[in-house]
Amino acid sequence: MDDTDRFTAFVRRAADAGHLVVQHRMGFGELHRMRAGLRAVRDADATTVGTVTLDSYTRCHDDGAALRALRERPADLNGFPLLAHGVPAVRTLLQEVASADFPVQIRHGTPLPLRLLRAMAEAGADATEGGPVSYCLPYGRVPLARAVAEWSAGCELLAARPVPPHMETFGGCMLGQLCPPSLLVALSVLEAMFFREHGLRGVSLSYAQQVHGGQDLEALAALRRLAGERLSGSAHHIVLYTFMGVFPRTGHGSRRLLADSACLAVAGGAERLVVKTPAEAHRIPTVEENVAALAYAASVAEAEAEAETTTNAGAVHGAARVIAHPPTPPAQRPDPTAYGIYEEARTLLDATLETGDTVGACLVRAFARGILDVPYCLHPDNANRARATIDARGALRWSRTGAMPVTPASTTAAAPVTAGQLTELLTFNRRRFDLREPGRLYGSAS
Amino acid sequence: MNGMISAERRLRTVVSGLSCDAHLWNLVCLRLLLEDRGHQVTNLGNTTPDAEILGACCTELPDLLVISTVNGHGRLDGLRLIRALRAVPALSGLPVVIGGKLGIEGGNGRDGRDHTELAAQLTAAGYDAVFDDAAEGGPEAGLARFDAFLSSLVPRQATFAGGRSRARAAAGPGAAA
Repeated sequence: MDDTDRFTAFVRRAADAGHLVVQHRMGFGELHRMRAGLRAVRDADATTVGTVTLDSYTRCHDDGAALRALRERPADLNGFPLLAHGVPAVRTLLQEVASADFPVQIRHGTPLPLRLLRAMAEAGADATEGGPVSYCLPYGRVPLARAVAEWSAGCELLAARPVPPHMETFGGCMLGQLCPPSLLVALSVLEAMFFREHGLRGVSLSYAQQVHGGQDLEALAALRRLAGERLSGSAHHIVLYTFMGVFPRTGHGSRRLLADSACLAVAGGAERLVVKTPAEAHRIPTVEENVAALAYAASVAEAEAEAETTTNAGAVHGAARVIAHPPTPPAQRPDPTAYGIYEEARTLLDATLETGDTVGACLVRAFARGILDVPYCLHPDNANRARATIDARGALRWSRTGAMPVTPASTTAAAPVTAGQLTELLTFNRRRFDLREPGRLYGSAS
Repeated sequence: MNGMISAERRLRTVVSGLSCDAHLWNLVCLRLLLEDRGHQVTNLGNTTPDAEILGACCTELPDLLVISTVNGHGRLDGLRLIRALRAVPALSGLPVVIGGKLGIEGGNGRDGRDHTELAAQLTAAGYDAVFDDAAEGGPEAGLARFDAFLSSLVPRQATFAGGRSRARAAAGPGAAA
């Protein structure tokens, strides 16, 4: 038996069989609710992996608050308190529900992950996620250099296990929205290279759906190509996230956005999709809502894959695609844009890697010099000079680039935004999907 | 109304997330909103420890502290913060408000009682107003109440110079949330 983890192997098997793996996010305070939630997801009508999302006290190492909440008001916890339950209880939970056909990922959001990674490994988690940049800059005030040091040690601890768990970058999801695709792609590849540098072999690279289907297709192609170039010889796959920003409020709007992401995952060649539910705009979803969202995303993805097969086997290049029994009205499929996302991401990547000897050291220096600069991110180690906007075609572009080696789009305004304008940018997808007539998903967007 | 306010009505505000809340966009938006209205803002950012919030308030003696949280732990962490803050004599009269997604059940959850009870609990513990996304009218209504609350505040310099009088909202329109 080789040392490939169950998560990596499962996603590969699903991809070989032509199935998109769909995944939810879910975390409950109590063990029995967590167990029931995982079983419901396992039994969903979809190719699923399991998720255990940790609560924010555990993420912030406030063990006392997690323990107190677990004792006094467990239903009020916004996730699963891994350390408060303790490794033996979590190991038993995972032994009961996880398997080669249902591997489980533990999700956290911790800039200083060492003790959590150790506990996850001891409990037998199949996979986790994050990264020294993506779980540091948006998540508070821990200095980037400290996060890099802990993530280095954490990855090495995992790599020393007999079967190292799978690790996914969160760098393709920075701030959830309003981060231009080239930077998302560059960060995702850089974090995957960082994981590799510290001995992990089963990795995946994330990218979060933004505001323009064609641009997202171009971004996914760029991510796949750069990952292929920089991570040769490793098992890696691409994971797409359904839009993570301000979500539509209506049922039809959120379903269309979810359907759009499922089509994007298939068309963009992602092997896994992390979904959102229609509850997103309002609250944390229930188990039933998660299961329904997974089944829905899977059915859209199957229809899209079938349509692609038909088209490819069919005839002339460029012929209109036909979808058999689509769960949503047939949408106009976008063509990839040609914004030069691959070139821009490669420029950011190379400029970063020129600054030092290790990927970790390079990341720290590149942020200190503003070569990497995440728009609107308040972290003290982020230059916060770059800004993004949405252009007339509905695509996400740079309006200011600070010291980054990329140029802003000439058509975008560089003036500071007001609260009203920022709200318009942040609610772009909500307004687009809540209001738009079915069948005009991409509309003016190229 | 989001017109600029006159200089004597300009508030010095501190905006912050709670200790274990990593959400950022709410703080970015709040800052811009307050600046657009003409107020001055110190943004302490996300995952801010209670001690740091208290320290900033003691140093800056602002006219208003705005706590924004959306991770659903507003009840637990918001109560802890306000109890600690009101225990500091210099801050006992500081206007403090909290808003966002305060519980994990959300608006149309099991019943409407939850958020009314939560708002009452938070105000009883010392918040001057609570702007719960889950309350009647949703986030937009909460924001309108927040705006009305801002208009009702008078900067402490405007009351009497050197006095320790708190900037005071009359019976705050947002008070009951």
